[in-house]
Amino acid sequence: MNFPEHLLYTAEHEWVDISDGIATMGITDYAQDALGDVVFVGLPELGRTVGAGDSIAEVESTKSVSDIFAPVAGVISEINERLQATPELLNSDPYGEGWICRLTLAGDPAGQLLDIAAYRKLLNSE
Amino acid sequence: MNFLSHSAAGGRASSSPLVGDAPEPTIFELSVADRRAYSLRETEIPPMALDGIEEWLRTDPIDLPEVSERDLVAHFTRLASRNYSVDLGAYPLGSCTMKYNPKFADQIAAIDGLVNVHPATPPEAIQGWLRLLHELEGYVCEITGMAQATLQPPAGASGELTGLLIMRAYHASKGRKPSKVVIPDSAHGTNPASVSLAGFQAVTVPSGPNGLVDLEKLKALVDQDTAGIMLTNPNTLGLFEQEIQEILAVIHAVGGLAYYDGANLNAIVGVARPGDMGFDIVHSNLHKTFATPHGGGGPGAGPVAVVEHLAEFLPGPLPRPVDAGNTYTWMTPQRSIGRVHAFFGNAVVLARALAFMRYLGRDGLTTMSQLAVLNANWLKHRIETTFEVAYDQPCMHEFVVSAERLKEETGVRALDVAKALLDAGFHAPTIYFPLVVHEALMIEPTETESPQTLEALAQALEQIVATAKDDSAAVLDMPQNTPVRRLDEAGAARNPVLTEDGRH
Repeated sequence: MNFPEHLLYTAEHEWVDISDGIATMGITDYAQDALGDVVFVGLPELGRTVGAGDSIAEVESTKSVSDIFAPVAGVISEINERLQATPELLNSDPYGEGWICRLTLAGDPAGQLLDIAAYRKLLNSE
Repeated sequence: MNFLSHSAAGGRASSSPLVGDAPEPTIFELSVADRRAYSLRETEIPPMALDGIEEWLRTDPIDLPEVSERDLVAHFTRLASRNYSVDLGAYPLGSCTMKYNPKFADQIAAIDGLVNVHPATPPEAIQGWLRLLHELEGYVCEITGMAQATLQPPAGASGELTGLLIMRAYHASKGRKPSKVVIPDSAHGTNPASVSLAGFQAVTVPSGPNGLVDLEKLKALVDQDTAGIMLTNPNTLGLFEQEIQEILAVIHAVGGLAYYDGANLNAIVGVARPGDMGFDIVHSNLHKTFATPHGGGGPGAGPVAVVEHLAEFLPGPLPRPVDAGNTYTWMTPQRSIGRVHAFFGNAVVLARALAFMRYLGRDGLTTMSQLAVLNANWLKHRIETTFEVAYDQPCMHEFVVSAERLKEETGVRALDVAKALLDAGFHAPTIYFPLVVHEALMIEPTETESPQTLEALAQALEQIVATAKDDSAAVLDMPQNTPVRRLDEAGAARNPVLTEDGRH
């Protein structure tokens, strides 16, 4: 499984890429594999102010429906509308075309997220 | 030999092979212009001119299949013969209680005076029906430990919504508007959906390592904004919540209500009552526990029973005795949340459930639950070396095992085990649920399967695992003997084709 070194992660198997006060997020390779074939993505609401850990979206696969949580606090500033017609992008390219949304950060999320070493440790313990 | 053609001049023949992968034609493919399933030689109704309503008349023909009765019956009988059902064999679908429904209950429900009654008939003319429903309400309340009940909700999820609307009406009557309902992480998917639909927000409480609600974590997230909790007990892992009274005390301490999801009631009838545990609102799935038809669309029945102080919010009308119990009439409680179903719910299903309860009686219903628990524990023990048992403790009416080890060793997943089991003549167990167990197989044998059937199920699972270790490709290629084999589930969900002519 692929876990890019430069990303930050959460215990909910989501990745975050922070740059210039904007956080781009999606689900990890582990999450997409565990979910199986994704058939529907309920996208976040544009402009919504969210706290870290708030449920912002849902992903439905042939196995189950799972919540997507905001990895950081902020405002939903962009959503990946392509996921509506092609939810399978979450499976085929979870770190690229399968990104879910971007948030304008509220405050500094430092310390709340896992680096690659900490995320790998979490995966090994599951 | 393959028989390729079932077409003849003028249309498609209504005969096709029952075994093998020849597709059954759709009812539209069997259609022949102007063919009818009835013949009206003469009508006694005089023709009338449709003057003045021309603008309301349909001009486009309705696109309906045109078939004879003979072809129609053949078509649906063939489809039924290709479908697996409770009447055909064991159906260990965890959390669904797919037990055999005895036929005497169908006979009772087919009594002319029950079945040929228009739902708008005035109560004076259907006193028997009102008495039947009132009696059933009494039994539901006695079994669940509640005071009064509505029989209207047509299914479990409808019962959940009804219960949550009662919860909301109760808080509103106290001038409160709490927003949160607590749900364990092992809950049924319908619970959070019902919570959202009722206008609340679902808050998840995690399970501890023993698979039960983590009491300390529950205390940490319950506050004045908590409207209540939804629980099944035994829970979705088939485990009895041993701290149930402490859990409910935490909710009651902030003024919240406790909702019992009756999905797993089959484990405890006659042995333990949700009301005695401290629950305030209880739904029971008559189509699970009380052996009325289930699956394939039911129809189901999910009565909601409540403690006395919530009875004023129940949906109406309710059958109530008047005149010293000599007659019955319909009454709607003062602060009723309103109807949740047309008329009186799925009434003939309710008649079946009452027949089942009366037939088994108090002792029979208790034995029913005891045997359900015994069968589950026997089967769990029988296959504990074949799969890892998720929680190694006595279970109630169902249990969860994991195919994680098998997946790591052979690449064969829970899904593949479930598909392979179809070749052995069993319905698949529930898979990938609850979510807290990886590669979960959730097995509920129910009390209606014999020791011989349970042994055959165990042997089939053993054979699948042995085959997986020897030749995993063989398992990945199963089922071989079903009318259709592996279907493209993801494709069907992403691009559903919902019309006969393939329009999306």
